[in-house]
Amino acid sequence: MYAALWQILPGPVWLRILILLVLLAGLLLALSTWVFPWVEEIVNNQEATVGGP
Amino acid sequence: MTETGEPTAEPVRGRRGQRRPRPPVTVLGVLGEVLITAGVLVLLFIGWQLWWNDTYVAGEQSKAAADLSNGWIAEELKARDPKEPAQTPADFGDPVVAEAPGAGKAFAVLYVPRFGAEYHRTIAEGVGVSVLNSTRLGIGHYPDTQMPGEVGNFAVAAHRSAYGGGMHLINELRLGDAVYVQTADGYFTYRFRDLEYVAPTAVAVLAPVPGVPDRAATDAILTLTSCNPLYSTAERIIAYGVFESWQPTSAGPPAELAPIIAAQAKG
Repeated sequence: MYAALWQILPGPVWLRILILLVLLAGLLLALSTWVFPWVEEIVNNQEATVGGP
Repeated sequence: MTETGEPTAEPVRGRRGQRRPRPPVTVLGVLGEVLITAGVLVLLFIGWQLWWNDTYVAGEQSKAAADLSNGWIAEELKARDPKEPAQTPADFGDPVVAEAPGAGKAFAVLYVPRFGAEYHRTIAEGVGVSVLNSTRLGIGHYPDTQMPGEVGNFAVAAHRSAYGGGMHLINELRLGDAVYVQTADGYFTYRFRDLEYVAPTAVAVLAPVPGVPDRAATDAILTLTSCNPLYSTAERIIAYGVFESWQPTSAGPPAELAPIIAAQAKG
């Protein structure tokens, strides 16, 4: 999977690493902006009250 | 990751430009990569929930609480007759007990110097996620319990970790620590008494006399509830405080709280 991704990327090694870092940064931003808040609503695992949910 | 078992006989890349032979793509290999990715994503989520988002929400809740408090003080200053001096500390009689607010309404600000001089959080009516997980609120008042200063039990809940972690340091409280509750009417001082560790179902801690549901209350008690142990929801940690004194907004904050309020007004 990741080997194939590496093969698809163009250019020399430094450019590939740069592209990967940019992709990774975008992925982290998307995760923390949309995906994680959505997941958090589903798994509310931080109950702090007495007397049940 | 290195391949084990076989000794590497020669450098993989001999001459410049010569490509390393690509290992065959196997189902197991792809499955392994997918699983590793899933694991990393879960770890990222936990890190985000417990630290990144927690810090962000804590900052927002803190700002919202400061705005609320500053608003009350400004309102009182505006309403006061400028010729009349501020009330001097004295016995202000029985505390003003406010009516129970509507669900989700912010009606008080909590200050606990033991949690840090910058600690101030909004208390709103209700203990659902719309209050506890909010970036604007954070601490929830159990609807059927009493109000600040009222004889009985003023019980509130907040997260120990994540969503701003309003009660992160609850286990650090020491006997006699001040817990201040500010409302539109004034400042209510409680003194921390003891901690208790109970099951999540122990609703008796919310009774007017905590732990003794059938008894009529004679004291005004403050009850804080949160999760225990830290990062777990297996138990609840309960902190009790006893009402000590009250003073109206016009009299200014209690001495220990004054610098905290002043710093908060500066922003």
